[in-house]
Amino acid sequence: MPVINDFTLAVATVNGSGSASSNTILAKTIFRMGVPVAAKNYFPSNIAGLPTWYVVRVTEKGWHCRSGKHDFTVAFNEATAEDDIRQVAPGGVLMIDDELPHAQSIGRDDITVYRIPAAHVARDFGPDPRLRKLLANMVYVGAVAELLGLDPAVVERTVHDQFAGKEKVVKLNLDVVHAGVAHAREHFDKAACPFRVEARKLTQGKILIDGNTSCAIGALMGGATVVAWYPITPSSSLCEAFIELCKTHRVDAATGEHRFVQIQAEDELASIGLVLGAGWAGARAFTATAGPGISLMSEFTGFGYYAEVPAVIVDVQRVGPSTGMPTRTQQSDIKSVYRLSHGDTEHIVLLPSGPVELYELTAQAFDLAERYQTPVFVLTDLDMGMNIWVSDPLPYPGKGIDRGKVLDKEALKGVAEFARYKDVDGDGIPYRTLPGTHHPKAPYFTRGSGHTETAGYTENDVEYKEVLDRIKRKISGSVKHTPRPVVTGEGDIGLIHFGSSSFAVDEAQQILAKDGVRTRSCRVRALPLHDEVAEFVRACKSVFVVEQNRDGQLTDIVRLKVPECATKVRSILEYGGLPMPASVVVDALRAGRREQKEAVHAR
Amino acid sequence: MPAETTNSIGLTRADYAGGKSTLCLGCGHDQITRHIIAATYESGVDPYNVAKTSGIGCSSKTGAYFINKGYGINAVHGRMPSIATGASMANRHLVVLAVSGDGDTSNIGLGQFMHAVRRNTNMTYVVENNGVYGLTKGQFSATSDKGAKVKSGDVNDYNEVDLCQMAIDLGCGFVARSFSGDAKQMVALIRAGIAHRGFALIDAISPCVTFNNLPDSTKGFAWLKEHNVSLHELGFVAPYEPVAIEQDPGTTKVVDMPDGSHLVIHKLAEDHDPTDRARALDILARDRGDHGRVFTGLIYYDPKSNAPLDEIQRLPDKPLAQFGAEELRPAKAEFEKLLAAYR
Repeated sequence: MPVINDFTLAVATVNGSGSASSNTILAKTIFRMGVPVAAKNYFPSNIAGLPTWYVVRVTEKGWHCRSGKHDFTVAFNEATAEDDIRQVAPGGVLMIDDELPHAQSIGRDDITVYRIPAAHVARDFGPDPRLRKLLANMVYVGAVAELLGLDPAVVERTVHDQFAGKEKVVKLNLDVVHAGVAHAREHFDKAACPFRVEARKLTQGKILIDGNTSCAIGALMGGATVVAWYPITPSSSLCEAFIELCKTHRVDAATGEHRFVQIQAEDELASIGLVLGAGWAGARAFTATAGPGISLMSEFTGFGYYAEVPAVIVDVQRVGPSTGMPTRTQQSDIKSVYRLSHGDTEHIVLLPSGPVELYELTAQAFDLAERYQTPVFVLTDLDMGMNIWVSDPLPYPGKGIDRGKVLDKEALKGVAEFARYKDVDGDGIPYRTLPGTHHPKAPYFTRGSGHTETAGYTENDVEYKEVLDRIKRKISGSVKHTPRPVVTGEGDIGLIHFGSSSFAVDEAQQILAKDGVRTRSCRVRALPLHDEVAEFVRACKSVFVVEQNRDGQLTDIVRLKVPECATKVRSILEYGGLPMPASVVVDALRAGRREQKEAVHAR
Repeated sequence: MPAETTNSIGLTRADYAGGKSTLCLGCGHDQITRHIIAATYESGVDPYNVAKTSGIGCSSKTGAYFINKGYGINAVHGRMPSIATGASMANRHLVVLAVSGDGDTSNIGLGQFMHAVRRNTNMTYVVENNGVYGLTKGQFSATSDKGAKVKSGDVNDYNEVDLCQMAIDLGCGFVARSFSGDAKQMVALIRAGIAHRGFALIDAISPCVTFNNLPDSTKGFAWLKEHNVSLHELGFVAPYEPVAIEQDPGTTKVVDMPDGSHLVIHKLAEDHDPTDRARALDILARDRGDHGRVFTGLIYYDPKSNAPLDEIQRLPDKPLAQFGAEELRPAKAEFEKLLAAYR
């Protein structure tokens, strides 16, 4: 009996060989057949010639995280073929390019092997060697589709969409796919392939979208008008997606005028400066960057915090420190963004998980930035940002935008005085005016140096503390508007997690439940932490913070929130740069249980 | 008592006043503050539309000393150009008056300065250039002439940065060098800089009386009095005023500004045509190569050098800051169409 809709397909190629299109076609076809996929691209920080893997987890249960194993491997890269062959799970399938030397000496008798003469099949379709290389990828698409039983009509439609508008390209690619199918029918023993995809209706109404595009749509719907950015992996595609959206949705058809500004800045210091300048003058502005850019934005972020200027900074995290591994994922910026800049600072940090939240929280970040007049971080990562995800559709916003406490000319007529940094309402949030407001009460001087409630310069200790303490109250109060943690499940063991780690936790909880281990879960969605997180820690016997960094950065933040429980809060960590699989959580908890049992026996 | 004098928009000079200066008595920067007040008053600039942007240093403090009715922002050291550019994108009607120093611009801020010039942000950028760090007590800045000596006796061993030359190289359409002590020239240049659409650089030598004012300091008062060579006499004529030229047309040039005003340039010792790029670079090279003099005036002017950033960005007349959600969000049907691409 073949395994239906529950296996992982891995395609090993050389980057720059054009395999991105063919792999997307495979993933999207399965999705369109109603079967959920978790597709992840492991690519090098390079343009051409280095190894890349595209791994599609076919999962009827709809899990989103990495499975951690390869059931069906397509090996097209000589440099990695030896490892790729070794990593095929027992009972799995290897489809190997028969021109690779390894194809003749597989050395495994526990897997099914298909040798595919891809270049030979493709040679009839293009005289140009570069084109032939691209088309060789379509040969394996056809062969894999045949072996897995993919619906030919859906394959055809997906190829059409992939090369939309280029009819000649569509035809050529389809011809090669069909040749791949024919080759498999003629030469491969289909019955020996233990994996099949069967159509379901599990993705009905869903979308397949990458996280960076989701954030970009959030910025569009959140009313962002200014993006300033510096190219850096893995955030560039977010800004580029926003610019493309604006070209479609923000250009006046009659006049050609733009309701947006995009500036590719000279560096990240300038990106954040541009954003703060625009925010100060009243436009909704954002930047997107990764760790190295965050480090450069440190000084200006402190300026935004202290001078109380709205800004939105999306951090698509990658592996640090320093240049680290630019195309690998991690959650290692959480501590630095939370307290970015010198002096006493604390920033609002949003921690979305999955496309809908990436979209919604990016949009909400603009409301929060204006409501709290401060830089707001949206913390995502390479795994969420650059991979495609099966998701509920992004909902149309249910309400307008919140510009916070802005006094315009009319409002100023109704107030006795305007003091820029004074706590009028007791919530720590002052009122602001926008440059260009025509009213004698409106103008004020913004500065990062010591200032009074009325925005005057000061070096007086009392006046200085008055403003700094109010800002602390303001940021602490942001929990009223930031998304609360999602707390579910019951049991003595608590799992705290955020962002892309949550997908591993979701799956791990179900695996553990089968072992009889009941866990409760607290998915954190914002910093500063809500009190519910403290209550959660107090209610559990032991707590594990699951995150993707070496030092347990969120673990420390949680411990500080509940210092009396600090010793019962431990970390489960994965930080090698690959997305966290459920097994990391499951193994850690099983090991923990073994230790406990052994401790009981020893007593 | 005579009726108070008002400008073209009915405001008095006092409407352009700022806070009290805390700089050293006799500082060149305070002279420039007065020139900015005079220029904006005389040109009838709406103070509520003024964005006063500055970085860090003695010069950058001066944003608080003029036009209290304007909106000031004192950015971080060397990064004012990005703040100014962002503000100008949010509201293209803001009159951006940028004040910076030589350290703020030519040392820590050289990158941002160059890129603001390159982008042609619509702003008037005044460098209060004294060749020395004042607030940190007398270190050299990158505009210090090689061989210059400061009060401590230290001699500058390094080549200097010429901001005017750099700006011309980067396609800046308005490049001026001036001296804080030359009120007439400074006021005309600031008025013309504001009228110019795009980046206007005024590199104003502004002596530091405390750290760099020895008799032979090339950025000191005594030396400048002797060696400042005005390229021309400048007169700024507002759009509503008639251009009355009595001088010989061979020695007088009238430059039309985009807002309908005019800059009348009356040649003096040097036969300098500011619309001639090669001559402009030549003047700077002679200035630089021979420290026996400093040429001041409008070094280079080319209104067509490049479109200002707000035009490059194709911004509508209405400031971006004033658009509401309904004007920025696609309608529901359009949104659903957008999502359809991901199905």
